[in-house]
Amino acid sequence: MATSVSPETTGTELPQPTYGEITRDIAATLGNPSRGYYILFAFVLTVLAGGVIALLYQVRYGMGVAGYTPPVMWGVYITTFVFWVGIAHSGTLISAILYLFRSAWRTAVYRTAEAMTVFAVMTAGLFPLIHVGRLWYAYWLIPYPNQRQLWVNFKSPLLWDVFAVSTYFTVSTLFLIVGLIPDIAAIRDKATGWRKQLYRVTSLGWRGTDYQWRHFTRAYLYLAALATPLVLSVHSVVSWDFAMSIVPGWHATIFAPYFVAGAIYSGVAMVITLTVPLRKVFRMERYVTVRHFENLSKLMLLTGMIVGYAYVVEYFIAWYGGNAFERASFWNRAFGDYWWATWTMIICNGFLPMFLWFRKVRRSIPALFVLALFVNLGMWFERFVIIVVSLSYEYEPYAMGHYTPSWVEWLILSGSFAWFFMWFLLFAKNFPTVSITEVKEIIPMPRRNEASA
Amino acid sequence: MSAHAGGLLAAFVHVDAATSAIRELKEMGYKDLTVYTPVPNEEVAEAVGHPVSPVRLWTLFGGITGAFLGFLMTIWMSLDYPMIVGGKPIPSWIPYVVIAFELTILFGAGATIAGLIFHAVRDAKPAAFDGRFTDDMIGIFVPCPVERRSAVQQLLQSSGAKEVRVED
Repeated sequence: MATSVSPETTGTELPQPTYGEITRDIAATLGNPSRGYYILFAFVLTVLAGGVIALLYQVRYGMGVAGYTPPVMWGVYITTFVFWVGIAHSGTLISAILYLFRSAWRTAVYRTAEAMTVFAVMTAGLFPLIHVGRLWYAYWLIPYPNQRQLWVNFKSPLLWDVFAVSTYFTVSTLFLIVGLIPDIAAIRDKATGWRKQLYRVTSLGWRGTDYQWRHFTRAYLYLAALATPLVLSVHSVVSWDFAMSIVPGWHATIFAPYFVAGAIYSGVAMVITLTVPLRKVFRMERYVTVRHFENLSKLMLLTGMIVGYAYVVEYFIAWYGGNAFERASFWNRAFGDYWWATWTMIICNGFLPMFLWFRKVRRSIPALFVLALFVNLGMWFERFVIIVVSLSYEYEPYAMGHYTPSWVEWLILSGSFAWFFMWFLLFAKNFPTVSITEVKEIIPMPRRNEASA
Repeated sequence: MSAHAGGLLAAFVHVDAATSAIRELKEMGYKDLTVYTPVPNEEVAEAVGHPVSPVRLWTLFGGITGAFLGFLMTIWMSLDYPMIVGGKPIPSWIPYVVIAFELTILFGAGATIAGLIFHAVRDAKPAAFDGRFTDDMIGIFVPCPVERRSAVQQLLQSSGAKEVRVED
């Protein structure tokens, strides 16, 4: 630590870039996509088209084309919903919670994380609609006065979820946009052609005047302060979708903290997954350094251990609680039909992150990238195990069943990744994925007499 | 916003030079300065001397409104379509806390944005601008009539402005 004091405090390797260099380097990442970008974009659109076709097929022929088999009526769609909502969470953690903690290192990665949050919630939001089958009745979820005087049930966690997820989407979008405004103004003053017009409109007249900053800094602080409890509440509410029912394997008080930790865990893994290639392609090595990855990996190790602890406690309580159904459910998880899903989850989320105890692994970007991919996989399986495996093995042996996802569900799942990456690719080439303003902010402004600083 | 009264636009590289210029200008009675910085800066904010932004009140009242509306909506809707279970009270406010909480955040955030827009637009005054002020320079626009310009120009230059230009 003592050998490199300055990078530890400012978040950048020496020599520190000047303000002018920061604007230039980050503005250089925008516009003029290469051939590779278009090829990747075309691939993403193709996969998305596969998902859309599968969805249209399901709309035409009904929910029967999904692999639902009673009693498993929540399958890949709900799993994927929880997965994407979870991905979103670490974006808010990095952009809002670490902002309140004044962690200087967050500045280089937070924009990517916050954009990821918005796009992940946009992806997650599709799944309840896909899952209800009749998309055109989705508006029934919203409380509104209708002819039958029917109001929705506010005691249901499913309705809390409607409020939680839509609030989360709105607030994180506002947070992303507000943070973007000074950056867009900075690129506006460099850009030419149609992009200048785009940035002129989207910077909303920002000039960085004293009164603009005066209101902006306060507003940003309060948005961060509001986003912080929000992010904790959203995944708690998602967990209550399960915990409030009496299905063995679901009905546990640990669910809210367990889900929040899992969400941040999977989200940090996704931030690493996105940042590694982005940094390479955009040549951002000067701004997003190994130290940032090391900090992210520490966050991943911490949340991974909370998740691992929750796995252990779940099993312990299933045994210690003495409830025969609960015990049977957990025995079935580990050694039943879906043993492979459970062990994938335990190995990917519980064991593999233990490599992060080694400094060498934490500072090796290829190793982190591979680990992050495994964590992403493991976290999807975690939701699959909690949802599908618990439902398939409830109380009555006669009513137990086995669910296998159908090709429609797999196509829609892959389409959801394509949808997410489509937005991310569009964002990365048109708006700065590293915050210009906040990277500048951690570097002190020049003084006439440097010694007095 | 280009229809400003005319004045001098100075560009500074150094933050301490800019703050001393702001202080001296204010002493001379030029109170309607517009100061541009690429990043929020405490020293500049202090030299300009604004009170704390009133946006925080918007956040507070937005949040209170959200909490109130959350309980109002849920309780009213339960009473309007009663689902009586075991003779228990019809509105069960405890689970409604979740809805009220989410609406507190939603309305609080919405009001914060509304406050930001309202105050930033209300405080806006016409002033000359230069693209470098969002990049790496600090800008000061001093609206002043032609006859006083040479004095102001001298002040700006002696306090270390890299460039001073006349804007009409």
